[in-house]
Amino acid sequence: MPNLGIDVLFKGKNFLRLLGGLWAAVRISLISVAISIALGLVMGMLMTSQNKILKAVFRVYLEVVRIMPQLVLLFIVYFGTTRVFGWDLSAEYAAIIVFSFWGVAEMGDLVRGALISIPKIQYESAQALGMTGLQIYLYVILPQTIRRLIPLSINLITRMIKTTSLVMMIGIVEVLKVAQQIIEANRRTSPNAAFGVFAVVFLLYFIVCWPISRLAAYLERRWS
Amino acid sequence: MDWDAIISYLPRYKDALLLTVKIGWLGILLAFIIGVLCAAVIHQKIPVLRQITGFYIELFRNTPLLVQLFFLYFALPKVGVRVSPQFCGSLGLGLLGGAYMAETFRSGLENIAPIQSESAQSLGMSKMQAFRYVILPQAVSSSVPGLLANVIFLLKETSVFSTISLMDLMFTAKDLIGMYAKTIECLTLLVVFYLIMLLPVSILGSLVERRLRHAEFGN
Repeated sequence: MPNLGIDVLFKGKNFLRLLGGLWAAVRISLISVAISIALGLVMGMLMTSQNKILKAVFRVYLEVVRIMPQLVLLFIVYFGTTRVFGWDLSAEYAAIIVFSFWGVAEMGDLVRGALISIPKIQYESAQALGMTGLQIYLYVILPQTIRRLIPLSINLITRMIKTTSLVMMIGIVEVLKVAQQIIEANRRTSPNAAFGVFAVVFLLYFIVCWPISRLAAYLERRWS
Repeated sequence: MDWDAIISYLPRYKDALLLTVKIGWLGILLAFIIGVLCAAVIHQKIPVLRQITGFYIELFRNTPLLVQLFFLYFALPKVGVRVSPQFCGSLGLGLLGGAYMAETFRSGLENIAPIQSESAQSLGMSKMQAFRYVILPQAVSSSVPGLLANVIFLLKETSVFSTISLMDLMFTAKDLIGMYAKTIECLTLLVVFYLIMLLPVSILGSLVERRLRHAEFGN
């Protein structure tokens, strides 16, 4: 049995560093998810409006997000906008901007889907009872849509965490970058470290995302 | 905009696009095959194989492609499995996509109520006939939009190929920016070339979705 380099992880603070790297990625995704949910709710409500211009704008926005790889958006924001506007944008902010831009579109579409799945008669009945537009949303529509949305938003968290692995490409030191550093630093003493370390990174992502997606699946089954 | 620079970059972007498309479609083909096999295993409830398939699907759906590629490309050679970057890209994409495709096929098959198969058989169709003329058309029509969404998703995921030293669009853009510092031109080309690759699939997706709605029975 050749040395697969798992032991490298237990030298010094290596494993803690790896977890720190994972946290860097997870933190960016949690911040982006929070922004996405907040703005996505607003956007989803706006998307159900009948205004033609608003509809067209959202349609284009959604298509852009659907078609462009997140990595391209990251490059545009991190390398492109800094060049055009000359501002100083940290990689982490660039990542949060891009993932929120993506998440708001995704979330908005989910909210829109949930809203239009509520039968029209509910709006009409609420109106017949004399409720205002805002009241109808707050007391009738939102409570029903939120239940539908919770599993979908939890799913968005796992997708966000998986996608934030891309941030290493704009120079953020996250788990893969830390893994590379550990492997490089131990190249002489443990030439096979790449196997052990990358296998552990693989498993770490699984351990983080799997329970979250199971939870989403469970809630979806329970509440549907 | 420096148009001369853009024109001089075009051939490199074209090569990168062709490479991405080649690896991408090989990967998607592989994903399709893996997906069908996995969905069949789960649908037929084959013991043991079913658990393994389930584990595979969960493992690859819950990890990023970037990490999977790093494992395939940097870790496997340490245990003696050495593969070319191109093969690695297709294999990684195929394994990731297979897990997603399997879910899509499975839900397509599950959407068809068992009563349909039973009714068809009570009308005198054989099991094969019932599957061929009743179940399959409905399963296909309900999973095609999902499949096309998966294809778009997978083509987008190819953007990480540059990390395993494949000269794809991202690699080309980054390389040219590094050499000539014409950031805007390079990024514009990057967007245009991704549009060339993805827009047709996206349009096809919405067309097919509209057409296939007619193929549903009952509901």
